[in-house]
Amino acid sequence: MMHPMRKKRLQLICLGILGIGIALALILTAFEKNLMYFYSPSEIHAGDAPAKRPFRIGGMVVEGSVVRQAESLGVWFNLTDTANEQMVYFEGILPDLFREGQGIVAKGQMNKSGLFVASEVLAKHDENYMPPEVAEALENVQHNSKVD
Amino acid sequence: MRQLIPFSIFIILIIFFAIGLTKDPRLIPSPLVGEPLPVRQLDELRTAETKLLTSNLIGSSFILNVWASWCAACLEEHHLLMELATHDAIPIVGLNYKDMRQNALIWLDKNGDPYSQTWFDPTGEFGMELGVYGVPETFFVDSNGTIRHKHIGPLDRGNIAKAIDILNAEQNSSL
Amino acid sequence: MIPEIGHYALVLALSVAALQAAVPMIGARMGADNLIMLAKPLARAQFLLIATSFVTLIISFVLTDLTVSYVVANSNSALPLFYRISAVWGAHEGSLLLWVLILSAWTFALTLFDKPLPLKLNADIIGILGIISFGFLLFTLFTSNPFDRIIPPPQSGRDLNPLLQDFGLIVHPPMLYMGYVGFAVPFAFAVAGLLNNQINSAWAKWVRPWTLIAWAFLGLGIALGSWWAYYELGWGGWWFWDPVENASFMPWLLGTALIHSVVVTQKKAIFKHWTVLLAIVTFGLSLVGTFLVRSGVLTSVHAFATDPARGVFILMFLAIVIGGALLVFTFYKPDAAQEPHGSALSRESFLLTNSVLLSVATATVLLGTLYPLMIDALGLGKISVGAPYFNSVFIPLMAPLLILIGLGQRAFWTNDSFRRLSDAAKYPLLATIILALGTWGMIDDTSPLMALFGLVLALWVIFSTLAGQIRHYLSSKKLISSYLGQSISHIGFAITVIGITLVSSYGLEKHLRMSEGETTTFGGYEFRFAGASAISGPNYDGTEAIFLVHSENKFEARLAPQKRNYHSGGQTMTEAGISPGFTRDIYIALGEKINDSDWSVRLNIKPFVRLIWLGAILMAFGAIAALGFGNATRTSHQSQKSNQINTTTRI
Repeated sequence: MMHPMRKKRLQLICLGILGIGIALALILTAFEKNLMYFYSPSEIHAGDAPAKRPFRIGGMVVEGSVVRQAESLGVWFNLTDTANEQMVYFEGILPDLFREGQGIVAKGQMNKSGLFVASEVLAKHDENYMPPEVAEALENVQHNSKVD
Repeated sequence: MRQLIPFSIFIILIIFFAIGLTKDPRLIPSPLVGEPLPVRQLDELRTAETKLLTSNLIGSSFILNVWASWCAACLEEHHLLMELATHDAIPIVGLNYKDMRQNALIWLDKNGDPYSQTWFDPTGEFGMELGVYGVPETFFVDSNGTIRHKHIGPLDRGNIAKAIDILNAEQNSSL
Repeated sequence: MIPEIGHYALVLALSVAALQAAVPMIGARMGADNLIMLAKPLARAQFLLIATSFVTLIISFVLTDLTVSYVVANSNSALPLFYRISAVWGAHEGSLLLWVLILSAWTFALTLFDKPLPLKLNADIIGILGIISFGFLLFTLFTSNPFDRIIPPPQSGRDLNPLLQDFGLIVHPPMLYMGYVGFAVPFAFAVAGLLNNQINSAWAKWVRPWTLIAWAFLGLGIALGSWWAYYELGWGGWWFWDPVENASFMPWLLGTALIHSVVVTQKKAIFKHWTVLLAIVTFGLSLVGTFLVRSGVLTSVHAFATDPARGVFILMFLAIVIGGALLVFTFYKPDAAQEPHGSALSRESFLLTNSVLLSVATATVLLGTLYPLMIDALGLGKISVGAPYFNSVFIPLMAPLLILIGLGQRAFWTNDSFRRLSDAAKYPLLATIILALGTWGMIDDTSPLMALFGLVLALWVIFSTLAGQIRHYLSSKKLISSYLGQSISHIGFAITVIGITLVSSYGLEKHLRMSEGETTTFGGYEFRFAGASAISGPNYDGTEAIFLVHSENKFEARLAPQKRNYHSGGQTMTEAGISPGFTRDIYIALGEKINDSDWSVRLNIKPFVRLIWLGAILMAFGAIAALGFGNATRTSHQSQKSNQINTTTRI
């Protein structure tokens, strides 16, 4: 016969482990589904970006590349990391800070013809300078072009 | 011993935070540091007639500040540049980047002009050569025309002082 | 001259904080009562000095003193007086001063109600608060001094970030900081209690009201922030799982665990480790939040302008304060005298499960917030963790919590039986099922199951709480404020859950392109884009569009969303047009002007969105009500008794 105190403690520990187990399982599956990696236009050109999974792309909006569809909210623009460009399509409302020459991040997926179809376009909503991922991606290009 | 667990987790967290701090993308050194400033002929912002060679300042060290009237963060550092300009310690050159002449001039009239000369780069071509990928960005150039330091994002008091120190130190060691 | 007074007061406050940190604690170690007695005057002097400093900064802003560089950066004379004052805490330096001011105000409040506390414990509490204050004053003076001068002064100031030119943002930071910083008090209690080996029922009783007040403020602050984001950002959302939001949400979640755990420690003198740990970590998370928001290690929509030097400072401070506290905790050995645990089915078991669930939920939010940072630190790439992660982890954790709230508040302390508990639960359960199925079927035939699920859980909490409250009233023949407060908070929580459920299940959103004069039908409403015209405000120009909304021949609202361009700074802002209502909000935001007549427009219909904030207000109100006055006489009596006991032990 187990000491009642012991038994109680054992129950509590089991409960705790069960709780943590469930939480871990939840976290792992949620991470698996919802993590988004970041790729620069150069990485996409190099074929590093996933074809079937959504991811984020960042870069500067190329001057003069923004083209609107006539009757809808569709818009095309090119993003550059100064080495390569990637064409992006988005249908929806662009953020206030979306401008040519501005660094932005877009979430979305590649389609079969190599167009990045964005589901969301983010420009930072405060006066901060540039999304750090974009800054870093651009830095990398400069590093690499130096090595070449 | 069980009671040590929270402390241990905390230490791990702190280590990650510390690494996270060093990861600040603004601290990554630029590949252009140590290279000479590219030489080009550019328009002066105020009059299209005046052409300036970017090498016209060789002989004295200067600060090259890349800005644009559409850039919100440029305003953040602007009062510091104004302050610096009144001290006359070191000339500040503006590079007006991907901007419209009219807007840029209005902006300078409104916010003050700290620049001893302003180069006009409406297409961003010279900026591209410099490796500018956004504004504001600031280059610290020594008297030989070599870029000694580059700052990404708005300047503040601390990093201006630091950059000028770097500039002076490099200057002395190269003499 | 005025800024110098403020600066000088701040320097003085720093030295007073140093004394406050050292003298009473040393006095307590040496048994020197005259040193211990200095705690109160030092704490009060510090509050007065910091308040002076804060007032001088306000004066500088009101007068638009352009020789102060912080004023130049955040204000100009064209700004309305209202915003010139709130601009004081609109950016990093001033908001840090507000942080310190609130900390000293809490300490001051503590000195007003310190009668029941044993002298040594009180000395340590004030001392620990002094250490925290010292650290933050040092931080303010050396990295973020709001009184720095700029010579010569510029012609005009910049502007307050237009996002912050808004009533919500005037009130949001002070509320939030009241909560954030308020958790410094339970933290100080925890560490002082550990140092004096005085974690017991009396300790829990003292710490509980402070925790409740801090928690209430933090909850209100978060709700205000959410409300502000809803109408000011123009994105139509009310919560984005943004790192900055998470930074304030985590201490609130864990604080919720703390206020439940502390009740058990008070009642049964058990869960001491757990309660103390929660008190330490809750404040730890407040500091982590401060670190994340101000160091720039994470990107967010509303992070402060960042500076790594500041990050290093806060990180060191965090390491010393929280690391130190956890180290003290490591060596803590509770007194042997513990009441035995009750059976597995008892109020305390429910409360323990509740605080475990809340802690796990906090951990998942922390993990999601920090995961990008960790992956980056390990050099494994740049990733982001989006809202879907948080939703898919958080909701499954909240569901059992709601079930347990309904059961737990009906359970007896120490020992309960399954049969009795199910007996108590059956009528609320029945009412829940009937009402939930009724409402669910009524709304729509294609109603999502998630909506039913959320409704059932929330209604269960409401009915069970009401049943418990009625039962309690009938048996005790009066309203006891602590019980009533608890009921109000739980019902508030359920109302928030209903709001969230309905908005996420039945909310509608559409982006479209509209020309002037065009009419479109959406979500049962007819929207007519009547026209757009130029407007100008005190410090901006812009466009205002007029939309007329009708439903089934009835006029609903005239909405006027705006697009503003602020003069200084050149920022563009979206002002949504909102027609608020209890059952639904109609929400229109302008995107951009596509050509002379066309605009991109966002239309939202948000059913019962206001319940989210109404529930949050009830939760905070319940916490305050629980402090109550109904049983004040009894409390003071008891505390006198415990005071006597402690006095004798001290002697």
